[in-house]
Amino acid sequence: MGLEEYKGVYVFAQQVDNELSGIAFELLGKAKELAKDLNTDVTAMLLGSGVKGLADQLAEYGADKVIVVDDPELKDYRTEPYAHAVSSIINEYKPEIVLVGATAIGRDLGPRVSARVATGLTADCTVLEIGDFPLNPVPGQEQKHNQLLMTRPAFGGNTIATIACPDNRPQMATVRPGVMQKIDPVQGAKAEVIEFNPGFTPNDKYVEIVEIVKEISNTVDIMDAKILVSGGRGVGSKENFQILQDLADVIGGTVSCSRAVVDNGWMPKELQVGQTGKTVRPNVYFAIGISGAIQHAAGMEESDIIVAINKDETAPIFEIADYGVVGDLNKIVPKLTEELKKVVK
Amino acid sequence: MKIVVCVKQVPDTKGGVKFNPDGTLDRGAMLAIMNPDDKAGLEAALRLKDEYGAEVTVVTMGLPKAEEVLREAMAMGADKGILVTDRVLGGADTWATSTTIAGALRNIDYDLIITGRQAIDGDTAQVGPQISEHLDLPVISYAKDIKIEGDYVVVQRQYDDRYHVLKAKMPCLVTALSELNEPRYMTPGGIFDAYDAEITVWGRKDLKDVDDSNLGLAGSPTKIAKASDKVRKGAGEVKKDLDADGAVSYIMDKLKEKHVI
Repeated sequence: MGLEEYKGVYVFAQQVDNELSGIAFELLGKAKELAKDLNTDVTAMLLGSGVKGLADQLAEYGADKVIVVDDPELKDYRTEPYAHAVSSIINEYKPEIVLVGATAIGRDLGPRVSARVATGLTADCTVLEIGDFPLNPVPGQEQKHNQLLMTRPAFGGNTIATIACPDNRPQMATVRPGVMQKIDPVQGAKAEVIEFNPGFTPNDKYVEIVEIVKEISNTVDIMDAKILVSGGRGVGSKENFQILQDLADVIGGTVSCSRAVVDNGWMPKELQVGQTGKTVRPNVYFAIGISGAIQHAAGMEESDIIVAINKDETAPIFEIADYGVVGDLNKIVPKLTEELKKVVK
Repeated sequence: MKIVVCVKQVPDTKGGVKFNPDGTLDRGAMLAIMNPDDKAGLEAALRLKDEYGAEVTVVTMGLPKAEEVLREAMAMGADKGILVTDRVLGGADTWATSTTIAGALRNIDYDLIITGRQAIDGDTAQVGPQISEHLDLPVISYAKDIKIEGDYVVVQRQYDDRYHVLKAKMPCLVTALSELNEPRYMTPGGIFDAYDAEITVWGRKDLKDVDDSNLGLAGSPTKIAKASDKVRKGAGEVKKDLDADGAVSYIMDKLKEKHVI
């Protein structure tokens, strides 16, 4: 079958506990741009049990169509029934592009689906655009137009590669959360809703969920914070994070941290910024006692303003900070908090 | 019980990276280590071996020098090592890599396959789940705990805000997080034995039920359009000689200038 028969930009609209994840809206925002360039439309794939009511929300964020697969087998994420549903949609509707969030769910689902439908998959993309492959004409090789060009960091953020999938369809990518922009929701927007069920026949691949253990969280999502006060190994102890918390409280910020801090057990994993943590782009990022290894920088260098405080003037964080101060964080941070108290009401 | 652990020799990303003229990685030019998530997977397999008794076979695909990680694994306690190496396999993306490894694994018996979640060079986390798909096995990714109960494996599978306790019938494939455990060191006796141990070397002809069109650079659906060192954001100002009061007023001035406060 010809590649040109594949049409439309599809996104996997991840939901957990029947609540859509932020990545679903981010993917729709990007899909809308890609669809415009390709003169096609955007379809959300909504999988779950009792999830049909979420279709309107997807429409408000840019979905022209919503394919709903509603089945008790899809209540909680499991690889096999989800992979079966998405692969079946691809085989039935033949999209040219399929985007999946690079979440703990999407990075399991994406590879399973891509192997099943025998196409390429590019992981953890940070830029997606439509263009030519090869980028420049090469004698003796056909230059294909309207290709999905997928850009991603590799080697722990040391390099960046742009990848295409010129000879297979769909072109599939997982997309890093927190990078693509969602659109302002269009109140009252409606999508064409298509109900689809490929049938589910449990076998050994339908792994049994014995128990679901939710890790209770009282913290706000650091990906939504406008100001992050982030601490690294240099903070020295769990207790000493209090001075960061005090600073965050006075300036309306949220505390986050580097991987070393999580490894030391000072802060929970959900507050970790970086390659193996979360990608953040707040208005202001205070990097306090953070050396700024490339893996950390990969998760925060898109921040609007980076303020670094570190006693080591050779720390790599100073190479990406807008404003850097070499000094003792134990002296500077409490004083800064006091000064801010005077001006912030 | 027979356990297969898939490991990858990766460049230590701290040492900088180099490319071939065609945009693929010049792995030969970089310092090489056993990928950390894979090492955690190996440690998990060795613990299952300690607890329940098992034969642990380590499989890698790579350049001939990737034999080093097999010997390291055997010095830690693995029983057998298989190196899959062939010029025609070079430049493979995750589809071609998983196709190759699946083709190798079809030659051997296993109850459990363990891979690392992801490698520090590509960071894709795709090869493990793709192998499971090619072999038509159940898969559990992101394992932070692995136990055996009769014919089943019981795994804590990590998600963003929760974990699921999953139970899968063996044979199945599990991908391991490096948080799973602290890998053991090689023992002196183990290093001695591993140095002499026989490593099985397989090439293209040893892969079972694999089509040439799915191998190597030519058989990879994804193609590199461009690869480069990352362009870093330019450095701003760094004040090195301010005392604490000076540092605070400097930061306050900048926050005011940028209308943060």
